[in-house]
Amino acid sequence: MTTRIGVVTFPGTLDDRDSLRAVRLAGAEPVSLWHRDKDLHQVDAVVLAGGFSYGDYLRAGAISRFSPVMETIIEQARAGLPVLGICNGFQILTESHLLPGAMLRNNHLHFICRDQRLRVENAETAWTSDYSAGQEISVPLKNIDGRYVADERVLDELEAEGRVAFRYLGTNPNGSLRDIAGITNAEGNVVGLMPHPEHAVEPLIGTGRTDGLPFFTSIIKKLVAA
Amino acid sequence: MARVVVDVMLKPEILDPQGQAVQRALPRLGFDGIADVRQGKRFELEVEGPVDDAALARIHEMAETFLANTVIEDFVVKVDES
Repeated sequence: MTTRIGVVTFPGTLDDRDSLRAVRLAGAEPVSLWHRDKDLHQVDAVVLAGGFSYGDYLRAGAISRFSPVMETIIEQARAGLPVLGICNGFQILTESHLLPGAMLRNNHLHFICRDQRLRVENAETAWTSDYSAGQEISVPLKNIDGRYVADERVLDELEAEGRVAFRYLGTNPNGSLRDIAGITNAEGNVVGLMPHPEHAVEPLIGTGRTDGLPFFTSIIKKLVAA
Repeated sequence: MARVVVDVMLKPEILDPQGQAVQRALPRLGFDGIADVRQGKRFELEVEGPVDDAALARIHEMAETFLANTVIEDFVVKVDES
């Protein structure tokens, strides 16, 4: 049976089409999910794509978190549904308290858009098993609210439990504490990442590399094995 | 209708680069003597019906779950008597 991976579109989402395409290129069946629909249409996993959902009004991701589709996603993610939040999706996951911490305006106050080198710190989550721990990858980064913060106790806990999934290499692009680019929940089914793997799945575009594709092949393998 | 104000501020330990940018601009404009600036948000809520303890409790809950992100922000709820 084909693996079905849903991608949510909120008003203001920009990267849903790229995420659907990445899902298809990896070999799964892409399913569009609508923010006002509580039904997840029997998907096996969900991607919260990048963009500026609800215009990022109030705070990035804050209004989306209360959308009907998120009510279902939050409930199911707690029960084990794999969820990947990319950029704005990561912000929605922190606002939903599915991941700890919060995302703030970049420390230099500029929108930033560049190829970003990352180190894979945790290759055991549902979305990262096709990487190896310590592997260096390059994917596009583009955001203005990318500064990850959490209090010291939470940061120490993330480090101790190996839940920092990705770290920035080279110059820290936004002032994220401890160079954190992505984290996972304790169970490994929910992953948030600031840079954009869905823009690096074809050699023709993005970084010219396909370093982002393993996110999508990892989850397919995980679901097929389950 | 009564007005209730919710002030939301970044917690003291959270770096506020927007406030810093404002603070750095002040001397250039001739305003000296400001050691620090922090920028927050103010919500003015026009409340239907009486602002009693129950209404204030609801607004407090609203501020805690939605208006403020208590991971990074503090908030104060007050009734505007003016």
